[in-house]
Amino acid sequence: MLLTLILLPAVAGAAAFIIPRDRARRALLIAAALAHLGLTVAAGIWPPAPVSGWLALDGLGYLFLCITSGLFLCAAVYAAGYLSREEPHPRQDFFEGGQWFHNAPEAVFTGNLLLFLSCMTLVMLAHHFGLLWVAVETTTLATAPLIYFHRHHRSLEATWKYLVVCSVGIALALLGTYILAAAAARASADGVRVPVTLEALVENAKRLDPAWTRAAFLFLLVGYGTKMGLAPIHTWLPDAHSEAPSVVSALLSGALLNGAFVGILRAAQVCSAAGQGEMCHDLLLAFGLVSLGMAAVFVVGQTDFKRLLAYSSVEHMGILALGVGIGGTAAAQGVVLHGLNHSVAKGLLFMVAGNILGVYRTKNVGEVRGVLSRLPISGALWVLGILAITGTPPFGAFMSELAILKAALDAGRWGVALGYLAALAVIFVAMISTAAKMAQGSATGADPAGAAAEPAGAPPANLGPHAAARGSPATSRGQHGPGAAARVREPLSAYLPAAALAALALLLGLWLPAPVKSALDGAAVALGGIK
Amino acid sequence: MAAWVDAILVFAVLTNLAVLGSSRLGLCIRMVAAQGIMIGLLPVVGHWHAVDARAVGLATASVLLKGFLVPWLLHWALVEANVRREVEPYIGYPMSVLIGVASLCLCLWLSARMPLPVAAGEAGTGASALAAPVAFFSILCGLLMIVSRRKALTQVLGYLVMENGIFTFGVALALEEPFLVEFGVLLDVVGAVFVMGVAVFHISREIHSIDTDQLSMLREERR
Repeated sequence: MLLTLILLPAVAGAAAFIIPRDRARRALLIAAALAHLGLTVAAGIWPPAPVSGWLALDGLGYLFLCITSGLFLCAAVYAAGYLSREEPHPRQDFFEGGQWFHNAPEAVFTGNLLLFLSCMTLVMLAHHFGLLWVAVETTTLATAPLIYFHRHHRSLEATWKYLVVCSVGIALALLGTYILAAAAARASADGVRVPVTLEALVENAKRLDPAWTRAAFLFLLVGYGTKMGLAPIHTWLPDAHSEAPSVVSALLSGALLNGAFVGILRAAQVCSAAGQGEMCHDLLLAFGLVSLGMAAVFVVGQTDFKRLLAYSSVEHMGILALGVGIGGTAAAQGVVLHGLNHSVAKGLLFMVAGNILGVYRTKNVGEVRGVLSRLPISGALWVLGILAITGTPPFGAFMSELAILKAALDAGRWGVALGYLAALAVIFVAMISTAAKMAQGSATGADPAGAAAEPAGAPPANLGPHAAARGSPATSRGQHGPGAAARVREPLSAYLPAAALAALALLLGLWLPAPVKSALDGAAVALGGIK
Repeated sequence: MAAWVDAILVFAVLTNLAVLGSSRLGLCIRMVAAQGIMIGLLPVVGHWHAVDARAVGLATASVLLKGFLVPWLLHWALVEANVRREVEPYIGYPMSVLIGVASLCLCLWLSARMPLPVAAGEAGTGASALAAPVAFFSILCGLLMIVSRRKALTQVLGYLVMENGIFTFGVALALEEPFLVEFGVLLDVVGAVFVMGVAVFHISREIHSIDTDQLSMLREERR
C-alpha cells in the first residue's frame, strides 16, 4: 500500500516522459493525481502496515500527505489547462526588453511534476532519517527543471540559486543525519544497535549522546530550514517562487516547504525524546521570529506581486516554526491547522496570480489595476485568497493564528506574542493595501494610476499566453480607449481549482468536517509530544 | 590498515588545499576526481579485516560515479561552455590557501575538544582520530569554494568537495547506514551534479559566460 502510493506517481511520471501526445499526457497527469488522492484517503480509512520500520504512516505524515495530494490534484487540473494554453513556439519575453525565449518540452514538465509528487510522498512516509534526506534532496532535483520551464535569463538565475542554495543547505542536513547516527552509535556501548529510524531513536533516546544529539538537531534544522524558507536562509525562495510558472509556485509553497518542515519536526521528535526539547524550542522560536520580521520588512512596499506571495510564505513558515517553538498541545493544534490553512490559501493565491499575470503580462503591482472588473472570477478569488492568507475572520488562518497567539500567552511568552502580533499586523496592512489596489481601480479610467498603465497593457492581452484573452478579441480591440480594458473570459480550468481551494479555506474557518478533524488531531498528538 | 586510512585522509587534506590554490579549472576537476576515488575507497580500506559485499558495492559505486562519471560530465560542461578555463576567484589563491590552513587548525582544535561518541582509533572500528577534523575541513573548503569563486562550475566542485567531507564523516566513523540509503545518497549527489552541470550548460548558452556575476537580475526593488 505504502509502496503503491510512492510508485504510482513515479511510474506515471516515467510514462509522461515517453508519451508523445500532449492530450494523453495531460489526462495521465490528472488521472494519476486523482488515483493518488484516492489511495491517500483509503490509507486514512484502512491504516497500511509499515514497511520494515523505514516507511510508515503516522499522524503527522498523514496530514501533510493529504495536503500534498489534495493540492496536487488542484494543481494538476490547473496545469492541464495552463499547458494547453501555453504558446509552443519561441516568443518574446515581456520583461527585459523582450528577448526571445521558448518553453522546456512539455513532457519534461509533466514528468517532473509527477516525480515531484512521488518524492513528496516518500518524504511524508520516510521514518528512516537517511531515506528522508534522499527524498528531500530528490524533490530539489525534480523541481529544478519545473522552475526553468520558461527558458529565459531570469528563470535560469532563479533555478541556479535554488539548486546551489538548497543543495548546500540540504548537504548540511545530511551531515546532521550522520551526526545523529554517531550519537546513536554510543548506544553500542550498552550492546544495543540503534538504527537511524524514528521509532528506534525515540525508543532508545536516553542512550543517545546528548552533545552530539544537539549538534545533529542544529545541522538538521539549518539544512531543512534552508529548504523550508526560514529566514535568514530563505534567499532562494522569493526568486524561485516569482520566476517559476505559477502552478509550480503553488506546489513549491503549498507542498515542498511543508516537506522540509516535516523533516525538522522528525528531528525535533527525536531531540525532545532525548531530553533536549528546550534547545529545540528556543531555536525554532528564534528562527520563527526572524522569519516573521524579515517577511514584514520585505512585504511592505513590495512591487512584485509574486514576490509578495513568496515573502508571505516565509512569514507563514515562520509562524509554523514559532508555533512548534512555543510547545504544548494547544500550540500543536494551532500549528497543524495553520499548515493546512497556509497550503490551501497559498495554492489558491499563486494560481490566481498566474491568471492575473497571463492577462496583464506584468508582475508589477503598480501596473495591475481593476482585476475585479477585468477578470471578475479571478479578481474575486484574489480578494478572498488575500483575506484568507492574512488571517481575516472567518477564514481558517484566523483560527489557527489565534490559537498560536493564545498558546504563546498561556505559556507566558509575552515578548514572543508581542513580536508575533506586530509582524502579523504589519503584513496584514501591507498585503491588504497592495492587493486592494490591484483588485480595485478600474479599467474605465476612474483611477489615474490605472489609466496610465492600461493603454500599454490592453493590446498585448490579445496575444497573451492565455488563449482566454484571444477568445474575445473583438471586445478587447473594440474598447481600448484610454484605460478601457475589456473583461476577459476565463477558462474553467483556470479558476475551478482555485475556487475549490477558496471554498475549502472558508470551510476550514467555519466548520471542520470529522475526517479533517481526526487527521488534524492525529498530527497534533505527534507534534504535542515535542516537549 | 589504520595507517592507510590516515594516508587517505591526509591525501584529502592535500587535494583540498591544492584545489584552493590552483587556477586551472581542468586541473581542479581532476583533483576533485582523485579525491573522490580515494575517499570512495575508504569503506573497503577502513574495514579491511571484515570486508563485506556492502562495503565493496559502495566503494565500487562511489569510485565509478565520483571518480569517472562526474569529472567526465564536468569536462563536458567545460568544453561546451567554451569559456576561459580559469577559476577567477574573488579571494586570491594565496589568501584562499591561508584561510584553508586556518580552518584546518580550527577543525583540529574543535574536534580535540568534542570527543566522538564512537571510540576513535579503537581496534576493529576503522575509525581514525583524524576522520572528524578532516571531514569538517573538507566541508569548510567546499563552502569557501562556493562563496569565493566566480564560475558556476567551481561552485559545483565546491559542492562535491563538501559532499566528500560528509561522506568521509559517515564512512570513517564506521556508521552503519543500510546500503540502500548510502546508495540513494550517492545517486542523489550525482543527480545534483548532473542537474547543475546541465544548468551550467544552459547558463553558458544563455549569457555566453558561466560567471555567476552575470546572474544578478533578481533582487529586491524598493519603491
